Amino acid sequence: MAEPVLGMSGRLGAIARFLLFLLALAFVPQQLLAAEGGLAQPVGDPAVEARVNRLAEDLRCLTCMGQSIADSQSSFSSDMKREMRTMIAAGKSDKEIMDFMVQRYGDFVLYRPPVKSTTWLLWGGPFLLLILGLAFLVAKLRRRAAQEAPQLSEAEHRQAVDLLGQNEGKGT
Amino acid sequence: MIPELGQFSLILALGIALVQGIVPIVGGVRGDLRLMGIARPAAAAQFLVMCLAYACLTAAFIRDDFSVMYVAQNSNSMLPAFYKVTAVWGGHEGSMLLWVFILSIWTVAVAAFSQRLPLQTVANALGVMGLITVGFVLFLLITSNPFERLLPAAADGRDLNPLLQDPGMAIHPPLLYMGYVGFAVAFAFAVSALISGRLDAAWARWSRPWTTVAWMFLTLGIAIGSWWAYYELGWGGWWFWDPVENASFMPWLIGTALIHSLAVTEKRGGFKNWTVLLAIMAFSLSLLGTFLVRSGVLTSVHAFATDPRRGVFVLGFLVLVVGASLLLYAWRAPSVGLGGKFEMFSRETFLLVNNVLLVVAAAAVLLGTLYPLFLDALGLGKVSVGPPYFEAVFFPLMAPLIVLIGLGPFARWKQARFIDFWPRLRWAVGVSIALAVALPLFLGRWAPVLAFGVLLGVWAIASSATQLMEHLLHGGGGSQAIPARLASVPLAKWGMLLAHIGIGIFILGVAVVKSYETASEVKMSPGERATAGGYDFQLVDFQEVRGPNYMAVRATVNVSRNGTPVTVMHPEKRMYLVQKMPMTEAAIDTSIFRDLYVSLGEPVDDSSWIVRVQHKPLVVWIWIGCLLMALGGVLAASDRRYRIRSRENSADVRAAVAA
Amino acid sequence: MRRFLLPLAIFIVLAGFLAVGLRLNPREVPSPLVGKPVPAFRLAQLHAADKTISPEDMRGKVWLLNVWASWCVSCRQEHPVLIDLNRQNRIAIVGLNYKDERGAAIAWLNEHGGDPYVVSAADLDGRVGIDFGVYGVPETFLIDKQGVIRYKHIGPVTAEALKTKILPMAEELSRG
Repeated sequence: MAEPVLGMSGRLGAIARFLLFLLALAFVPQQLLAAEGGLAQPVGDPAVEARVNRLAEDLRCLTCMGQSIADSQSSFSSDMKREMRTMIAAGKSDKEIMDFMVQRYGDFVLYRPPVKSTTWLLWGGPFLLLILGLAFLVAKLRRRAAQEAPQLSEAEHRQAVDLLGQNEGKGT
Repeated sequence: MIPELGQFSLILALGIALVQGIVPIVGGVRGDLRLMGIARPAAAAQFLVMCLAYACLTAAFIRDDFSVMYVAQNSNSMLPAFYKVTAVWGGHEGSMLLWVFILSIWTVAVAAFSQRLPLQTVANALGVMGLITVGFVLFLLITSNPFERLLPAAADGRDLNPLLQDPGMAIHPPLLYMGYVGFAVAFAFAVSALISGRLDAAWARWSRPWTTVAWMFLTLGIAIGSWWAYYELGWGGWWFWDPVENASFMPWLIGTALIHSLAVTEKRGGFKNWTVLLAIMAFSLSLLGTFLVRSGVLTSVHAFATDPRRGVFVLGFLVLVVGASLLLYAWRAPSVGLGGKFEMFSRETFLLVNNVLLVVAAAAVLLGTLYPLFLDALGLGKVSVGPPYFEAVFFPLMAPLIVLIGLGPFARWKQARFIDFWPRLRWAVGVSIALAVALPLFLGRWAPVLAFGVLLGVWAIASSATQLMEHLLHGGGGSQAIPARLASVPLAKWGMLLAHIGIGIFILGVAVVKSYETASEVKMSPGERATAGGYDFQLVDFQEVRGPNYMAVRATVNVSRNGTPVTVMHPEKRMYLVQKMPMTEAAIDTSIFRDLYVSLGEPVDDSSWIVRVQHKPLVVWIWIGCLLMALGGVLAASDRRYRIRSRENSADVRAAVAA
Repeated sequence: MRRFLLPLAIFIVLAGFLAVGLRLNPREVPSPLVGKPVPAFRLAQLHAADKTISPEDMRGKVWLLNVWASWCVSCRQEHPVLIDLNRQNRIAIVGLNYKDERGAAIAWLNEHGGDPYVVSAADLDGRVGIDFGVYGVPETFLIDKQGVIRYKHIGPVTAEALKTKILPMAEELSRG
């Protein structure tokens, strides 16, 4: 990934690089640069990149307003991805890489909240609510079934049938 | 001059809203016709005054009046005229003004289209909407005045955030607000019924079309937001479970539960308490959303500039409105009758389970969104809850719901019979399983998650298609002609079928794109190639381009497949001059079966850029599905029975009175 | 009857949390390194590339590690505060020059009123910063005599923060 230009990272760096490129466009004829139609270099080994992206999706970019490290273009994210590549090359496991992040940045950096005593309610909550909801529903329906429906008298029943006969064919 | 006129209109609006909020409700309690009669004229006056206020702010933008602080913060003389108009809702104060303006539109609509409702109901409903308006206008005047002056006036404005200088982003807030605010109508009718103590099937019938239309707008608003994020943000994502996205999704889930629950209350008189509670919840979540987005309580890309004072005000307002309505609910609910009896195995039960699933899903989203806040408030540390959590929790909840979509319409009211399901749904089950097995294999790789997604998606479509077939074969009251049979299907049913098919298409889009999208991130110089999804992308050159208020690097990429040219794409990286903000304009080639997505990352050196090329199969089905859902909503709300002529009703009333 | 009050009760609890939430800062990330030994490193010094600096060198003293850079805008805000602190001679400040360029860093110090640091370590690629959990410069760590991190201040150091939190804590640690 791009190195900090003139020591500027983040947004200032992005602007600087953009302007430098525009400047270069003005002066360097593109025909000179055209390669023979060769295959572009992927950024790093695809298998490693795939693993980095997978892990990065579960990590939060701490300098962004709610993005994962995989999605973010910030220098923080680039640095983290670089660290992950180094660790992968050193043969670390996924767990070791995540532990590395958590040791330095705390649980906050994980987009998939860890399952610990403080997050039982989070992970278990929806399931618990579903059970409770369905149980409540069943109990309510049973109670309702036990109640008698109000009975109509003979006359009222005949009147109801009449009215229904009049309304047939008028739509649902 | 004009901003002062706008400010004055707001103050006038406050006065009218106070009258509209208090007098009709008092009149309803006292049975005073004259007081109740104030409701409609007040609503009309409210609308006119809000039109004026909104027009004044828009005029300030169009005239480049940088002596108005809000205009100076959100506009610029170089901004294209179209965006000057949409910039009115580009920041907090203006978007709140839009909120209140839309509230006045819904209010006057209720006043106009409620001629056949009892006066007390209308009075109460308009009164409730008036009180809500009071709260929001006070919010505007006290903490978020869009007409505040900036003296001395700025020479030029800070420009609209480049992210918002886009047609999709422009239309997204108005649609969203039409939805959020639209739920206030269902809320107002619910509270109105609670006030008068008259909770019956008629209330459900009145509420239903209003709720469906609001839901439809919210569906469109969310869909456009998602589509915009996809084509604008530059990396091809379309939903991030961001707190602000969740804030719009929760009312949508509850709104969906509400429209289904209203169906039962209207038809069978059942679930009255529950439906009222859902109506209160839907609007409460709209208000909660407003709070979350503007208070600084949660971090998000979407959050407006925060000010704790605003947070306190909205929270106070939220507590007042929701607290009062829930108190009213607790008071009245015990005395509400039960409605039609039904067996455990019946359509009513299916719909109740639908409701439980949707409410639990909404609760899960709420839990995930607010959990970091809960833990932090209790001093138990800080966690982040992101997409991995929401996806793990949300999809399992939705799966049974989709199964019910297919089964529910086949269940009879009051008592369902097994025989209603099996022979009729045989074909749908078969097709679903067959495609669930075949499609992954056809696309090249077996993936159980994909297969399950396809199963659910096809099931939703096939079961709806089955119902349509039944109408074609057996409907029309005996008539043989197909058009007659199709015409005999009520619009409400078309709406339901279309919406359910929409969900099926949506699910198919999501399942396929998530399992099969491919991306390549490469460093490209002119002449080099990259591949994704069987397509070849060759970079031709880079060029400099000048826009009205930006400079850009524009790449030309030739796309081909197996040697045949497919298209030429032009991704851009823009630098907006005033805010000095770089923006990625991805190049997207859309077709019904796949999107090709090319975006520029960062320049590496003088001659090359990091480029991301993506192949996304069926991604456009996601938004087509949402459009179909919204269309279904429109059809359902236009059903003939909601437009029964009022003279028919008055004849009935006279006859009943005479009897 | 009472069960109809349940929605209201749930709502009130929720509102309570939201009210508390208004006073919290969702972007502040507490450091998991507080209470842990300072991460070990050995970096070249900023002003003298042939010499090195390591936390070991500060054993037996209470000291501050301030992460700064010439490209960091907020660092300009806290720089006068640090200069002032250094002049008072109450506590040693070691700088960690993060992802910067030597020449630019030294020039920045000269331009902005001097060097408040006993010594500055040159963390050119930011690797050491990552070990410290740095994500947004400037950040300042208070480290005790045994080399344990006791406090992390995120953002520019203000006179207020020094007076109310950092210096009192430093005082207590020196006595201990």
